[in-house]
Amino acid sequence: MASVMDRTTNALRDARLEIEEFNYAYADTLDRFDVDGWVEYFTEDAFYHVIARDNAESGLPLGLIYCEGRAMMKDRAYALLNTEMFAPRYLHLSITNTRALAIEGDEIHATANYTLIETLVEEPSRVQQVGKYRDIFQRSGDGLLLKERIATYDSVMIDNCLVFPV
Amino acid sequence: MDGNSGFQNPGAKVDGAKHIWPDDDTLIPDWIYTDRSIYDLELEKIFLGRHWNYVGLDCEVPEPGNYFRSYVGPLPVVVTRDMDGEVHVFENRCAHRGVEFCREYRGSADSFICPYHNWTYSLKGDLTAVPFRRGVKGKGGMPSDFDMAERGLRKFHVATRGGVIFATACDDMESIEDYLGPTICEEFDATFDGSEMKLLGVHRNILPSNWKLYQENLKDPYHATLLHTYLTTFGLFVSSNESSVPTDALGRHGGLLSRRSEGRPDVSAEDQENMQAFKKTMELNDPRVLQFFRECDSKWSGSVLTIFPTLTALRQTNILNTRLLVPRGPDEFMMIWTVFGRADDDEEMTRHRLRQNNIFGPAGFLGIEDNEALKFLQDGIRKSLPRDGLALLGDDDEPVDTIITERAIRGMYRYYRNVMGL
Repeated sequence: MASVMDRTTNALRDARLEIEEFNYAYADTLDRFDVDGWVEYFTEDAFYHVIARDNAESGLPLGLIYCEGRAMMKDRAYALLNTEMFAPRYLHLSITNTRALAIEGDEIHATANYTLIETLVEEPSRVQQVGKYRDIFQRSGDGLLLKERIATYDSVMIDNCLVFPV
Repeated sequence: MDGNSGFQNPGAKVDGAKHIWPDDDTLIPDWIYTDRSIYDLELEKIFLGRHWNYVGLDCEVPEPGNYFRSYVGPLPVVVTRDMDGEVHVFENRCAHRGVEFCREYRGSADSFICPYHNWTYSLKGDLTAVPFRRGVKGKGGMPSDFDMAERGLRKFHVATRGGVIFATACDDMESIEDYLGPTICEEFDATFDGSEMKLLGVHRNILPSNWKLYQENLKDPYHATLLHTYLTTFGLFVSSNESSVPTDALGRHGGLLSRRSEGRPDVSAEDQENMQAFKKTMELNDPRVLQFFRECDSKWSGSVLTIFPTLTALRQTNILNTRLLVPRGPDEFMMIWTVFGRADDDEEMTRHRLRQNNIFGPAGFLGIEDNEALKFLQDGIRKSLPRDGLALLGDDDEPVDTIITERAIRGMYRYYRNVMGL
């Protein structure tokens, strides 16, 4: 029995390390405004949902961002880069407290905390969003892809607007 | 509710010599967006005056005992449904020392207890219990003439239409129908058609801007195709769409109504030249986002209503929402977006609405741009040497299908000047 538990613990630790690498690259992609590249972190049929914590806890499904599949994410990426007007800014997305919770076949269930700090021209840096990811990763070839990322944000009162995804 | 609502005149004073409105309807003075005395006067003349203030939707308090936090102008209120099913709106300020006692976004309760000294209020806002009323061992406690009935929370008069809840401090207010006037009421009823609504969720954001600029923005069809490239790129709205910009007789309420053309937008070469960013070849990878399932009799596929003072109501394709503007000083307001569907939506229709709502809200393709533009606007007004803003476009007696116009903005400010005595 002990050896089975050890194997599970080791597998979860390996998964956590792999997910940490994934999340660091993911954050760097968004920090560089590479929203086309951001789409590539997801499976074709992935669900990406950014939802206010009060809505989530009240069972209300409205998303600040609600994407069913990569096609919708591509449309958001196109709109952001080609149609949207917004103030220039620096982005700083930190992803921490990563936990791999369970491995089921080729899927890993995981959580992490995230913080998006935005800095606008002649304004002090400020926390734009702080929340928790609830993720399902899918093994794809040598790496991982997100099959589901639900970003539930505590910062319910949004400072003006959220331009880029988290 | 009987009798006087108990909101006294705060007695705001405006320096008449400093604030002289230009003798020209196309000029709007900067100080209405920045001056604290104007802001204070708005509380008295507008939010506590002869107006119906939107506070929320019936579907936010579906069951007896349900409540949520809301606002009348800048004033925090609680909206409740009592055990008899009646909706009440009262101040979120304990009658004793003034504690803002209700701290949850929404919930269910049979009473409200102020945490400081446990004064207890019913779902109607009446004071029902005061601890140590007779003191301890015959010493202390309330004066003998303390009357619980006189010490309740200050309450607003409430009316609903089509599931939309309004509150007023005015004791002899006209009906919602009369307040809206026939033209706007007809459009209001097209969106709020009396069918049961289903709450999908709420967005909240802070906008560093004066609240009136948001109403102006939604009375301004001129900006729609210029700022919002998303609309034109994907054919939701182009200047050649059949449109109407109605207002009520007093000019305080307005509508931006449009009918989406079938297929790709038909944009003339001349219009394209005027819209720098027009991208005529764009198709969505996932066109479901813009699908339109016709669900009401109105000829308009897009309807934005600005109901004075602080409600906007949107029906755009299958997106349904209200926005409540909550002033937080001259330079800032909070927006509460309440997004809903219909109670008889099946699961796929709910998902369709959720997908489509990517267009609006504080991370929506239009929401981002409006919020950014209004922030830039307040920055300009707040920081630089004052100067009158211009609202020159169009004519006051033009046909309502004129869309390159600022007629509705001028109309709102004629009403505003009159009610504010400026």
